[in-house]
Amino acid sequence: MSGYLDMELLRFTTAGSVDDGKSTLIGRLLYDSKSIFEDQMEAVKAASERLGNEEVNLALLTDGLRAEREQGITIDVAYRYFATPKRKFIISDTPGHIEYTRNMVTGASTADAAIILVDARNGIIEQTKRHSYVASLLRLDYVVLAVNKMDLVDFSEEVFNKIKTEYTAIAEKLNLKNVIYIPISARDGDNVVNASDKTPWYEGQPLLSLLESLPVKESLEKLKARFPVQYVIRPQSDEFHDYRAYAGRLASGRVKVGDKVTILPSYTESTIKAIDEADKSLEEAYAPQSVAIRLNDNVDVSRGDMIVKSDELPRVDAHISLLVCWLNHRPLSIGAKYIIRHTTDEVFGFIKDVYYKVNINELENVIGDKVVKMNDIAHIKIKTSKPLKHDLYAENRITGSLVIIDEATFETVGAGMIVDSLEEQTYVI
Amino acid sequence: MSDRLTHLKELESESIYVIREVAAQFEKPALLFSGGKDSIVMAHLAYKAFYPATIPFPFVHIDTGHNFEETITYRDDLVKKTGVKLIVGSVQESIDAGRAVEETGYNASRNKLQTVTLLDTLEKYKFDAALGGARRDEEKARAKERFFSHRDEFGQWDPKNQRPELWNIFNGKKQLGEHFRIFPLSNWTELDVWQYILQENIELPSLYYTHEREVFERDGVWLAYYPFMQLKPTEEIVRKRIRCRTIGDITCTGVTISEAHSLEDIIDEIASSRVTERGGRSDDKRSEAAMEDRKKAGYF
Repeated sequence: MSGYLDMELLRFTTAGSVDDGKSTLIGRLLYDSKSIFEDQMEAVKAASERLGNEEVNLALLTDGLRAEREQGITIDVAYRYFATPKRKFIISDTPGHIEYTRNMVTGASTADAAIILVDARNGIIEQTKRHSYVASLLRLDYVVLAVNKMDLVDFSEEVFNKIKTEYTAIAEKLNLKNVIYIPISARDGDNVVNASDKTPWYEGQPLLSLLESLPVKESLEKLKARFPVQYVIRPQSDEFHDYRAYAGRLASGRVKVGDKVTILPSYTESTIKAIDEADKSLEEAYAPQSVAIRLNDNVDVSRGDMIVKSDELPRVDAHISLLVCWLNHRPLSIGAKYIIRHTTDEVFGFIKDVYYKVNINELENVIGDKVVKMNDIAHIKIKTSKPLKHDLYAENRITGSLVIIDEATFETVGAGMIVDSLEEQTYVI
Repeated sequence: MSDRLTHLKELESESIYVIREVAAQFEKPALLFSGGKDSIVMAHLAYKAFYPATIPFPFVHIDTGHNFEETITYRDDLVKKTGVKLIVGSVQESIDAGRAVEETGYNASRNKLQTVTLLDTLEKYKFDAALGGARRDEEKARAKERFFSHRDEFGQWDPKNQRPELWNIFNGKKQLGEHFRIFPLSNWTELDVWQYILQENIELPSLYYTHEREVFERDGVWLAYYPFMQLKPTEEIVRKRIRCRTIGDITCTGVTISEAHSLEDIIDEIASSRVTERGGRSDDKRSEAAMEDRKKAGYF
């Protein structure tokens, strides 16, 4: 029982092209970890029969919308959950079609790791590169390259090694640090939950054991403390007449009572008087905890401000360089005004220029083409109406990310990762 | 224990973040309170999010008129304890006003009619955000939901045209007349909810624990018997020891034959269960896309 209460959480995303067997793999993980219930299985069996599938099509477990089941494709990011006695897992399952880069970026933005599927018969294809680029762009800590359909190549070590060698070069180019290679057959379950006896040459863990043991979130607490103020708690009661606390979720690092802090953008200094978690007072809090911080001085703090340790100041600037993934069918408009949402802050921003676009199939930069359409990735420069208190995305995924909102439609049209300006930046493929 | 948060702590922290985001981004939010365990957990999280201040938005209960009386008692006690304002939208009133038409026949249920009353209530009080306890693991259409789910001026959900949701940045901007449904428990599973109730020692309506009740079996699902329900000739009322795994409108809430007296018993029972909690919900069994269709029309 108690083992259930203190499990860790791992969030991962899955990417693969249309027939790589991604949904089958997820179905397999859910099924073999006993996370699929009888009524779900019956519904899938019935649907498989109706669609004329000979075997139970596990993909139908994850394709939730009517149009998806009819067309046999995945339209949107779907979230799936399963748990083992060691961990709870959240899968963001993203479709693999060319036009859905934006969904992959969305799914990867909250993930700690990515599983990228390749079909053993086809090896590395254009889409594999695209998926890998997204994993690199979003700075996922781990990439698992799952070489699927090994049953169709007689579980050949040679085939596996060839793919591995080819991918190693891509991983190097993309600066992917932790890549793990696994030969699997999602359909039959080889090396998914249990080690396969058909791959005696493979010495690594099966996929599930690997997912249970990947180190997570260690790095988040080691980063500099960033506390974006979300909401000011001021009870209107007599009992708590003078209570004033700044509520928020620690984006990174840790803070403790007594820490000397600076409030940005005003640069006011104070010290932490108390850290409250509802009716409990804590000595210390760490990311990603939601708490309420009280300060020793009566200073002016409101939503959108950021509390940081005085010796760990972030960058504060209104000129921001971004790698942006465009999410909307209306192309990016240079010179136009957009709403920028960054942590709990909201400002206006002008798009100043497009430096280059990324051809993520060829992994090349394209200079001169400034038309940024849906699913394009580009390096752009913006100027905001107020300075943003930020870090580079490479240093901090929360304070280094922002979204761009269309001023007229209010749709989320761009996902931005803050990078050094072109002159200084090192992250160029 | 290492520095890392447990999964329950991380889920709690995420949900509190979402609830505070709603209070900060919207002018007039409300929490949809059904009296079920998920909305009870929501109320608990809202309490923690704003303590020591009172929860800065009212609770809205869409009353089908076919509620277990234990639910209503629990609701009224909770409202008294937390000091929040309660607004009740009545399905009966919607029917009386001709806005909704009562279903007839053996499977008549007011579950679907709630949509009319819900949208009318949101409109009447000009709520611009409605917090609900729905979880993505409940149902396959819900697996595609956002935390901040946009609804057009007709209250409709367009699953193919949802706003991308990246990192922990939520975009609650909307045009006049549109609103948002907010699902802070999106990433929780049924088991997470029960473990959290145990961890936080949250009081629940007695319906969730084993008790004896008049029930009858229909299509393999046990339903609690109330006099307004129409039995088929082959159906027979019997007394059994049961508990509710979910609580909704009486007409469509399947009950579980169970001897579970405590939260520990319930967690063991769920951990070894082979049927989902919505497996007993006849509202989902109407068709393969029943939930998707109801959600598109403005259901929870």
